[in-house]
This record gives sequence, structure tokens and C-alpha cells, in this order.
Amino acid sequence: MKLITLLVVIAGVIALAQLAKVGQLTSLIRNKREEDISAADTRLNGGLFVAFMVAFYASFIWLIIRYGDYNPPAASAHGETYDTLMNFNMYIIMAVFFLVNTVLFLFANKYRQEAGRKAKFFAHDNRLELIWTVIPSIVLAVIIIYGLRTWNEMTGEASEDALRVELYSKQFDWTARYPGADGEFGLANYNLITPTNPLGIVTADGVSGALEEIEGQIAALESELAHERGTLLAQIEEVEAELHASHDHGHGHSHDDHGHDDHADHGDHGHDDHGMSAERKAMLEARLHELEHMLEGPDVVVLSTAAAEAKADKIHRLKRHRQRIMEVKPFDYEGGVAAWEAGADDKIMKGEFHLPVGREVEFVFRSRDVIHSAYMPHFRAQMNTVPGVPTRFKMTPTITTDSMRTVLDDPDFDYVLLCNKVCGAAHFNMQMKVVVESEESYNAWLESQEEFLADKEVATESDARAEAINIENNESATL
Amino acid sequence: MAGHAHHEESFISKYIFSHDHKMISKQFLVTAVFMGIIAVMLSVFFRLQLGWPGESFAILETFLGKWAPGGVLDRNAYLALVTIHGTIMVFFVLTGGLSGTFSNLLIPLQIGARDMASGFMNMLSYWFFAVSSVIMIFSLFVEGGAASGGWTVYPPLSALPQAMPGSGMGMTLWLISMTLFVVSSLLGGLNYIVTVINLRTKGMSMTRLPLTIWAFLITAVLGVLSFPVLVSAVVLLLMDRSMGTAFYLSDIFIGGEALDVTGGSPILYQHLFWFLGHPEVYIVLLPALGISSEVIATNSRKPIFGYKAMIGSILGIGFLSFIVWGHHMFVTGMNPFLGSVFVFTTLLIAIPSAVKAFNYITTLWQGNLRFTPAMLFSIGLVSTFVTGGLTGIILADSALDVNVHDTYFVVAHFHIVMGMSAIFGMLAGIYHWYPKMFGRMMNTKLGYAHFWVTLIAGYGVFFPMHFVGIAGAPRRYYEYSNFDFLDSVMDLQPIISTFAIIGAIGQLFFLFNFFYSIFYGQKAVQNPWKSNTLEWTTPVQHVHGNWDGPLPEVHRWAYDYSNPAHEDDFVPQTTPALAGEEIH
Repeated sequence: MKLITLLVVIAGVIALAQLAKVGQLTSLIRNKREEDISAADTRLNGGLFVAFMVAFYASFIWLIIRYGDYNPPAASAHGETYDTLMNFNMYIIMAVFFLVNTVLFLFANKYRQEAGRKAKFFAHDNRLELIWTVIPSIVLAVIIIYGLRTWNEMTGEASEDALRVELYSKQFDWTARYPGADGEFGLANYNLITPTNPLGIVTADGVSGALEEIEGQIAALESELAHERGTLLAQIEEVEAELHASHDHGHGHSHDDHGHDDHADHGDHGHDDHGMSAERKAMLEARLHELEHMLEGPDVVVLSTAAAEAKADKIHRLKRHRQRIMEVKPFDYEGGVAAWEAGADDKIMKGEFHLPVGREVEFVFRSRDVIHSAYMPHFRAQMNTVPGVPTRFKMTPTITTDSMRTVLDDPDFDYVLLCNKVCGAAHFNMQMKVVVESEESYNAWLESQEEFLADKEVATESDARAEAINIENNESATL
Repeated sequence: MAGHAHHEESFISKYIFSHDHKMISKQFLVTAVFMGIIAVMLSVFFRLQLGWPGESFAILETFLGKWAPGGVLDRNAYLALVTIHGTIMVFFVLTGGLSGTFSNLLIPLQIGARDMASGFMNMLSYWFFAVSSVIMIFSLFVEGGAASGGWTVYPPLSALPQAMPGSGMGMTLWLISMTLFVVSSLLGGLNYIVTVINLRTKGMSMTRLPLTIWAFLITAVLGVLSFPVLVSAVVLLLMDRSMGTAFYLSDIFIGGEALDVTGGSPILYQHLFWFLGHPEVYIVLLPALGISSEVIATNSRKPIFGYKAMIGSILGIGFLSFIVWGHHMFVTGMNPFLGSVFVFTTLLIAIPSAVKAFNYITTLWQGNLRFTPAMLFSIGLVSTFVTGGLTGIILADSALDVNVHDTYFVVAHFHIVMGMSAIFGMLAGIYHWYPKMFGRMMNTKLGYAHFWVTLIAGYGVFFPMHFVGIAGAPRRYYEYSNFDFLDSVMDLQPIISTFAIIGAIGQLFFLFNFFYSIFYGQKAVQNPWKSNTLEWTTPVQHVHGNWDGPLPEVHRWAYDYSNPAHEDDFVPQTTPALAGEEIH
């Protein structure tokens, strides 16, 4: 197969070379130079410009007929305004597109070279130039004013009674948070993120949970380092050396002499200058015993220097992390502990989230790791989610999922939130289902969701779905 | 060699570390052609995946090895290919390749100078470019693969090695390569500016300069003012990556760990990046427009219409390009009022652009069009400049940008402007000045084949993307099968990929023609296109110092084509005024 491809390529190059040579020879015979364009070539290219134009327009029209309608229709209040503005702009640019391209390609053909004709010497014309400076300016002024009016409408303040929903992004899934009965989002701090507190919501439990988690990690790493074979051997050697030294220095005691020795102790414990206390010695021997026991135990590990250093480094970072958690104090927040605990009744959703139809919703976006973009094409809505910088976008859904299914005659249709800022390997599958429904069903759904601090025993169906997507995405991430 | 000192040069000083602008120009061109071949191949590889997702292609495994196990492109490798394709095309082909080749070749020749102001700096400029090209290509082969966060390499994704494999060694090399690239650009740009301002020959006033030179001059000014900002962005990013600073990072939890970073802003990077990034669009486009102005006037046998308006447009575009960068950031959470300002400034750019387009068309009107391959590409440039520019109006409108931002609509827009228009300008330049560079002609018939395949395939690839984008398909997705609502437009993907493959194969017409003609092309005459500008008064065989005798003296502007006071349909700039002739 490869051989055939290679042969075809070589044959192609040889054919081109021969063609070029033949072309040159004939040119030589006819005394034709490359820069002299024959009348036949001029006709051919002029005709091709017109033919190209016709084919280009025909395919454009085919594309419009087949793919041109906004399918499905906008499902939000501003979305309808958006589509009107888009159509308005599209009509203008399509008119200019057809006009300018037509003139260009027709001129190209019409004024093609003819022997003996001299071109018109026409260097400038202030009136003409004024016309095509002023007309675009007027058209653009209209476009700008109309566009900015829509923009102001879209980006204005959300109303007081708007529903507020937080959308939280991470590689590679979305989480939605509703404020709960008190109508207030709990504060969040990225230092408090743990497997059971994925958004880092600040509560007393959140702080202690995070501390516990970090301390557990530190302890695990420290224990692992303590059980490193090389380190153990080095420590054993050290202890033995000290014990030895005391013998050599003192009265030549043998290894298994447990008698009194008061020589050569460089440790911190009670001693005099000339010997090792019995206490010290007993401690050293207990330590030796312990180390030997650890060396033979099941937890012993072998680490390269680099790996051991990395772990030590990680311990250092975790300790700083612990410090930052300890700095999360209620008095740092307006409202004190009450504000702190506002998150206890927040509701956290994965896999899908619901919105009531006809009610304004203001999304607040946060991100855990990199920049993502919350894109909901059916609602003509998009906003980046930026770590450290909360962003907002408001909209009013106008068509329920069920009505849209009827409109589209597609019983499986669902609105979707997708990621539109490249964020890693599984970027292309970072999504969440959006359900728009009547106020009553929405309320019933919200009611059925657990509060953040409630015991979670039964994973819901949407949790399972989210988990499945996330596992798949993270597997791909480690490829 | 009348009156001009000439000494034999060694192979190294003539072909490698040359100080001669004509040789340096060829070095830039050949390097850019190789980089272009690589970038086109990368695009074909990922178009295979996009056109026929999940299908196995033996060619992918042949070229990419472990990146395409079983002939199916890996998803991390996909992002790396997209990123490096964009980086190479924007910076190495369309910035280094386009400006490096034609500013170097044409500035001294068209203004009547013996060489650039500093030949040594010029040589350094090329060698920084060459080294940065090598590092960029090399980054494809390191562990974890090349940079993969898109050609804009936004942090935190690009700042955190744990965020994706491509943010490891590959990203570091990307940043080093770009830093060297900017040094190259600055060395070149300063040289171009100084040369145009100081070394014009007698009679070559600023208002007699060919539009190519105006375009190169303003391009160089844009580069000198904006590239240093990119270096700042890049250096801060390097520090965030390896020295524990947090310019762009704040409140990040990744890889199971809360990072010790607060107070930075990822958006700061975007401001710095796009402060270069938007002028960069015009750094790419202006030289192409300058080249077309020259090619269209010469081959229409007419003066370029509205010479002063053309200069005004170049200046206007150049100035405005510095105050529009925020239109890349409408959905970052930037203050909506600031957004409004950027909408206004951005849409203003449409006015000088429209003037340019209309002036090109009026130049064709009642002309005597000679269809050289260069002329065909220039006409193609006008069409794509208009088609691609118009969709910019949609994207500049912040309200509309919300729903098409980062979709295929954007991909369609900037590929038609940069991938077609700017590339067409570059190709037009190559066909037009080939005889000046290599002393031989390229084959015209192969040039025709090249143009028509490229035009049809180019529109075939990028035009349908508008529809894919409006339907809501995000860019930089590895595949689209997870979203039912996109199914209706996904049957366009194989069509697009087919055109991409045809277009890529069509470039063989050019490559063959280019390399074959260097050795076997028809020998060129001194002024094959019957052009007015000074470069055609130099001997066909290059001499050091460009002119054998004294420097030419200029008596008129560059566009006296078909002047009724003269018998020939062209009047070289060196022709003195006839008795009683009023002269520009």
C-alpha cells in the first residue's frame, strides 16, 4: 500500500516534469514567453471566473436551503431579539457579498486583455471615493446602534426576583448549585474542596472536613516516607553507630550489654558530658527495634530520591494548604457565622439541572481549574468561566423542553450546556443536560433534591449519569 | 561591475550567513514554504478525524506513530495538531514568511537602496527565525507532545502541566520559540522602518512610494509596537509555569490539590496576548494587500485607483488595529460597557477596508487585465477579503458574538481572511517576483491549475463552516457525536475534509513549479511584466548593491500605467517628465 502510494507520487512528479518540459519546448519553438498570456488562456480564465461565480452562488443557495434556518428556534427571550438582529446583519452582509463578488468576477471577465486596447487612465475620483466612504459609514452606524441596544439589553442588571443558579466547571464536567430555602448561596473557598464538598462550600463542617482530609493526606505521606526502605536503613545505621560509639568510647561493652553507660551521648536527653544515660540507651534500643520491625513490616516501600523529594515537597505544600484552611475564619465575612452557614441548605446538581419557564434566571459562573465556557446554543447564551473571577449571564427561558420536543417532532430532544473553551482532552464531551419545565414541576423537582449537608446515601439517577460521563472523560484524559 | 567594488564571497557568507537582503529574502521564503508544507499536512491529519471520526487511516499511523494508534488520531494529539497548525500558519508562514520574504526583497529594490540599513541585523533576524522554527518543529517530538491549548495558549490551561499533557515540555518549547520569533520580528521590523525612512533614492518621496512599501512600513511599525507586549505575556507565563509566580493564576484546585496561588487573573493574559494578537491580524494582512495593489495595478495596466485613499486606509487600519483587541474577549466577563467601546472601534475598521475593496474593483474597471497567475491570486484575494471581512461584522457585534464566539463561524471567518486572502497575497507575490528572486520564470499553466484548485478548494473548505458554526458547533472539538442537535450539519464535515484534501494535493502544482523553476524555468528578461517600479531596473543576475552603476533617480510615482501622454502603457519611475507633462 505504502509502496503503491510512493510510486503514484513519483509517477506524478515525473509526469509534471515531463509536461513542464514539453510545455517549455513548445514555447521555445513558438518563441513564446511565460509572461505573454495567450488570447486562449485569457478567454479561459475570464470564463472560469464567471463559471466559478455561478457555481459558488449555486452552492451557497444550496447551503442556505439545506442548512440555513436556525434550527432549533431560540428558546429564550433575548434569543428572539438575537435572531432578529442576526437576520438583519445577515441580510446586509449577504447583499454586499453578492454585489461586490458579482462586480468583481464580471469585471475580471469583461476587461480581460485584448491586443491593441489601452486601459483607461483613471487614477482617482474624489466623488466616487466619498460615496464609498460615506455609505458604509452610514450602514455601519445603523449596525452599531442596533447591535449595542441589543447588547445593553442582554447585559443589563438582572431583576431582583430573578432565580439565581451557579454553574461550576471543572475538567471535565459541570455542577449546578441552587441557593436553597434561604435564597442565599453559601460562600465558597477553593481550599475547602474535598470529594464530599466538590464546590468548596464554607461551613463549619466544610472546614473541619477539609482539615481532616488534608491531615489525613499529610499523615499518609509522612508514614510512607517513614517506611521508605533506604531511609529506614540509614536511620538504623545511625542508631547503631551511636550505640557503637558509646561502647567504643566507654568501657568496651559488647553489643548485647544492657548495662549502665554514661559516655558519648550527643543527643538531647538527660546526660552528662562523658557518657550515655541508661534512659537514652534504652530509648535508642527501643528505636532500633522499632525501625527493624518497620523494615520487615508490610508497609515498607522503595522510592527513588526524586520520588521521595516530590513527596516531601507535597507534604510541604499540603501544610501550606492546611494553613490556608485554618485562615478561613467566620469573622472574615460580613454576617459572621450566619453567612458562613448559608451554604448548608444549598442544593448541588450533577448531570442535569432544571429551570422554570418564563422566569428570569441569572447564572453565576465559577471554575475550579482552567477557563471553560458555558455555552447553551439554544438559548443564545454563552459566558466564560474563569478561575478566581466569577462571571454572570442572565436570560429567560421561553420554551419548555416538552414544547420544544413537539416543535421539533423529536421525543429525545434535550437542551444542553456544553463547554466552548478548549480545556483538555475530553473538552469535546463536557456537557450537562438542561431541563426547562413549568414552575410547578420545577418546584417539585427542586423540592425532591437533597440539601448539601443532608446525608447522601442513595445516588440519584442524574448523579449516576454524571459519574458515568466523568469517568469516561477522565479516562480519556489520562491517555 | 562599473564603479562598484565587488569581491568574491565564500559559500557560507553568500548562502548561509548572508548579509544581502535578496539572499535573506530567499532564505525566509524557503523556510516558510517548508513550514507551510508541515502546517498543511497537520491540517489534513486532523481534518481526516473531523470528516470521518473514529475511522482508521493508515496514513495517520505512518506519519504520527503512537499519536494515532491503529490509524485513529489520539484526542490529545488532535489538540496538539490544531495548536501547532495555527501557530505555524499565523507566525511562521504569514508573519515571518510573508513580511520576511517580501519586505526584505522589495524594500531596498523598490526605494532604490543598495541594501537594508543594517545587513547584520537582517542576517540575525533570519537566524532567530530559523532557530525558532526548528524549536517549534522539535516541540512536536517531546514527551507529552507539543503545546495543545490552541494557538492562543490561554492560561491556566497552558500554565499548569497537570492540566493536559501538552502543557508540559511542549509548552515550554512553544514559549521559548515564540520569544526567539519575536526577537527576529523586532530586528527585521526596526530595519525595515529605518531603511524606508532613510535610504530612499533621489526623487522617491513618500507619496511616490509603491503601495507595497507603504504596507510593509506600517506592518513593521505595528510589529515593533505590539510584539514586545507578546514577549511580556510570554515571559510572565514562563514565570507562572516554572518560578511559582501567579500573574495569571488564582484560586485553582487541580489534580486533587489546591494550588498556592491567589490574586492573579487569567484575563490579564488575554489582554496582553490580544494587544499583539489583533494588530497581528493586520501584520499578516497588510503586506498581502500591498502586494495585491502592486500586482493588480501592473496587470490591469492602470494606475491603482485612489492612491492617497489607499495610503490613508493603510494608516487608518494600522491605527485602529491597536484599539480593537477586546473584541476577542466579549464573553470573558469583561465589563459590558468596555465591550461597547470595542464594538465601536472594531466596526470602524470596516470603513477603510471597504474603501480598499472598492478601490481594487475600480482599478479593474476599464483595465486591460493580463491574467498572470499572480493577477489571478490577487483577484482571488479581493473576493476572499470581502467575503471573509463581511462576517467580521457579525463577530464584531458583541451581542451576536455571544452565540457564535469560538464556533466554526469564527474558524470560517479568519480562515477566509488569513488562510485564503493573506495566503493568496503571498502566492501572488511569489509568482510576481519570482523572476526577480531567481532570475527565471515560473510555469504559467501550472500556476493556473494551482490557482483554480486553491480557490475552489479554499472556499469549499471554509464557506460551509459558517453553517456549521451558526448551528452551534464549537471549534477545537475532537468529534461531535455526543450532541444530537448538531447531527443535522455534521454531514458537511466529510465534504469539508474532502475539499481540504483536494486543496492540499493541489499545492503540489505550486511546490513542483517553485522548485523545478529555480533550476529549469525559462530565463527571465529584465522587466517581464512591463512594470514601473525600480526593482525591474536592476540586472536579472543579482549583484551585491543591487545596481551596477549609480542609484537610479526617480521622477514620478509608481502607477503611471496607460498614461495617455506616453506611447507605451507603462512609464518606469525613472522616466523624466516630458516637456510640459504634469507629474505625480
